[in-house]
Amino acid sequence: MKKNFGENLGSIKDFKVGCIEAIPICLGYIAVSFAFGIEASKIGMTTFQAAMTSLLNVTSAGQFSALSVIARNGSFVELAVLQFIINLRYMLMSCALSQKLDPKVGTLSRMCISYGVTDEIFALSVLKKGRLYPMYSYGLIVVSVFGWVFGTILGAIAGQLLPQRLISCLGLAIYGMFIAIIIPDTRKSRAVMGVVLAAMALSTVFTYVPLIADTISSGFRIIIITIAVAAAAAFIAPIGGTVKNSSGAPAGGEQA
Amino acid sequence: MSRVYQYILLMALVTYLIRALPLTLIRREIKNEFVKSFLYYVPYATLAAMTFPAILSATDYFWSSVVGFAVALVLAFNRRSLLTVAGGACAAAFVVELFIR
Repeated sequence: MKKNFGENLGSIKDFKVGCIEAIPICLGYIAVSFAFGIEASKIGMTTFQAAMTSLLNVTSAGQFSALSVIARNGSFVELAVLQFIINLRYMLMSCALSQKLDPKVGTLSRMCISYGVTDEIFALSVLKKGRLYPMYSYGLIVVSVFGWVFGTILGAIAGQLLPQRLISCLGLAIYGMFIAIIIPDTRKSRAVMGVVLAAMALSTVFTYVPLIADTISSGFRIIIITIAVAAAAAFIAPIGGTVKNSSGAPAGGEQA
Repeated sequence: MSRVYQYILLMALVTYLIRALPLTLIRREIKNEFVKSFLYYVPYATLAAMTFPAILSATDYFWSSVVGFAVALVLAFNRRSLLTVAGGACAAAFVVELFIR
């Protein structure tokens, strides 16, 4: 208890808000991890192993990519490097999150929050107005990880419990959530609008132009685009200048 | 211990360290304006790049994805909540697939 001295973890209310706001993540995760569960059972993993993978990793791209290495008995070095590269974007996200936390938040809380840095949880956390309270993060993490592990178990056990047409539509939930997060701020800030459009355009090029698409993996694609576009935007429109230029209202990420 | 568990633990360790090191080591507020601006723009760039064009193949059918995408854009532009946007996109895709299948 002494460690909590001066540390504001937030309240039960923050925890509840986190739980509620994580429901779309949870639904999207069930759909995605359901597919992971099916794939994992295909290569001979037990339901327990599949669930354990999801519980300990919580990373869609990382887990899917690991399956091929495990299936062909690849080397540990290969697996480690693959995970490092595909999940490198979490490092950028953790850096950004470290700025949202009160400097007084202790190491233990930080280690708990670290466990749940995923694309979706990060998105909700970093755009939360004002400070990020650990209790809010815990709410997000508990509900999201529940969906991630639950979907994995369903997929591994039942193979195809839900009708395919439902799974098909649930695949949109995660993207719908991303859109709900980034699009509103494009109305307030032209720089954000530029960032969103540039990132989507580059991503399209990286996906469809044959030579590039074949050589750059989806994990690297996201790393390169993020660094290039965010650096360009930071150079062209540093937030000190753009934030107050239009309506006088502060843009989304500025500390309140 | 079976090799599968070693794989699982190894990838969990690598992934956790990537997440935990910046969060535990960076304590002070970053003052550098370029770095602050860069970090401010990171989520928009990452999420936009992850959403498009991947969303076009999120469902089983191209056109249900396109309609879901469009509905999500309209709802988000009008500042609807996360659940409304995500649910609206799924529902729209479901309706389209009723006609396609």
